[in-house]
Amino acid sequence: MTPEEKKQLEMTACRLRMSALEAIHAANSGHPGGSLSAAELFTYLYFKELRIDPADPKDPGRDRFVLSKGHTAPGLYAALALRGFFPREDLLTLRQIGSHLQGHPNMNLTPGVDMSTGSLGQGISAAAGMALAAKVQGKPCRVYTLLGDGEIQEGQVWEALMFAHHYKLDNLCVIIDNNGLQIDGPVGQVMSPYPIPEKLRAFGLEAVEVDGHDFEQLEAAFNKARETKGVPFAIVMRTVKGKGVSFMENQAGWHGKAPSAEEYRQAMAELNAALAELEAQA
Amino acid sequence: MSERMKIATRDSFGSALKELGAEHADLIVFDADLAGATKTGIFKKAFPDRHFNCGIAEGNMMAVAAGASTMGLVPFVSSFAMFAAGRAFEQVRNSIGYPHLNVKIGATHGGISVGEDGASHQCCEDFALMRSIPGMVVMCPSDDVEARAMVKAAYEYRGPVYMRFGRPAVPVIHEEAGFSFTIGKGEVLRQGSDVALIANGLLAAEALDAAEALAGQGISARVINLATIKPLDEDLVLQAARDCGKIVTCEEHSVIGGLGEAVCAVIAEAGLPCRVKRLGVNDAFGHSGPAAELLKQFGLSAAHIAELAASLI
Repeated sequence: MTPEEKKQLEMTACRLRMSALEAIHAANSGHPGGSLSAAELFTYLYFKELRIDPADPKDPGRDRFVLSKGHTAPGLYAALALRGFFPREDLLTLRQIGSHLQGHPNMNLTPGVDMSTGSLGQGISAAAGMALAAKVQGKPCRVYTLLGDGEIQEGQVWEALMFAHHYKLDNLCVIIDNNGLQIDGPVGQVMSPYPIPEKLRAFGLEAVEVDGHDFEQLEAAFNKARETKGVPFAIVMRTVKGKGVSFMENQAGWHGKAPSAEEYRQAMAELNAALAELEAQA
Repeated sequence: MSERMKIATRDSFGSALKELGAEHADLIVFDADLAGATKTGIFKKAFPDRHFNCGIAEGNMMAVAAGASTMGLVPFVSSFAMFAAGRAFEQVRNSIGYPHLNVKIGATHGGISVGEDGASHQCCEDFALMRSIPGMVVMCPSDDVEARAMVKAAYEYRGPVYMRFGRPAVPVIHEEAGFSFTIGKGEVLRQGSDVALIANGLLAAEALDAAEALAGQGISARVINLATIKPLDEDLVLQAARDCGKIVTCEEHSVIGGLGEAVCAVIAEAGLPCRVKRLGVNDAFGHSGPAAELLKQFGLSAAHIAELAASLI
């Protein structure tokens, strides 16, 4: 990754954060915390990793992405809009009657959404089913799925991991957003999923830990994922919930709450300042 | 009626899958450690590369099948009714029903006739659970001929389908020649005008026997087989209500939420003056015992149907 490319991705991540917050603010409802913690991941997937075409969102040969932690739909929608799957103005219809942007992803309404999700623990199974089907069909496409660190408390996640390893789904990449917080508080206090990489390795996956806000580390992990054969690959991202907005960072209270008008102004001011700084460096 | 051949509809399911598998390369099968019992093992023997055991993890299996269907494959998923409709309800609802995906659920060992395994495995709630999911087709065949035709119709249909098959061998009541099956269409097995017996599953054959017994008492009973519980063949039900004015619904399922309530709702909303009695499992759990004896004990037999019908006359 060249310094220039990295800078471009960082700027896109900043715009993605602003777009997600615009949508949540317009809806006066939604999940900012986990959308912001995964902003670099959404950016990397949709602007670097996935083989997709916004002009042909149903291309059978495309790579798939399943947002298993479906509540962070604003982050995904922002990525899809910025990548050109639908107009950016649509983001302002989030969660409204008649909008194609449901509170949780709907594959039949939103261009670019590969699976309807929202009920935690099910998306990873669907992703495993896609990866298995690709093997059966001899398609070279890869399947990516993003889970929350609270979500992996669901037993179904471990059923899916067992399945993915059993059927040697090396075309499946499981990403876990370890932002450390869930609705009721720190994941380690609510119901500890730790140690995460060790558990994944015990299930037979190849697993790496990265700083989920560092594009160079993400690139190295995804390159390794593509080169790994015979077993599914897992990327555990250490992230900050609410990343990029000072008063949202590391606050469980920002899991599923829209900012007030004043909070929104401050959040956008901070993100605009960050973007201006990146542009000045560019 | 003792000369009728008997075949379990789960066997029909397995053999139909094998036939379909030979014609359609996009058909794949998922099972949860029950391939021998659900009879998907018949398909597995013929097409080992398209049969995937998911282990004892039905929730994962349903969502895996959902994902596979988005790639253009046609997954048939199988387990016992208790686990397919019960344990995995929410996966079926959210990952298959909500996105209206092309997944076919073949649930075996439905109802009380599971027998010796007892209440934990005797699912009498699956019609109610599956009917409540928007867009879900819910079916239960009466015999081997209908079951095999149903599986093929399910493959041709685009969208989610739930089919319930039984464990014990049941009489074959249809002629293979000339038989055709259409999702959502019931059939009149025997004409009659005093009372209508509306049944599905293994109680269709019992209803035929009941009609024969009622004829001996001078009562003319119409027998209707409603293999599709959802969408219901409302025309056939309303015609029976108009012609007979008395109906007995017969199902190997709880009287709550199944065929009987579906029939009652159609008749009540049409405002027809028609008495309906629901024969089924009366809000109770089953228990262990031979299937034939359990069916008698729970009132699911020709004799019980005839008695209930006669009480309406």
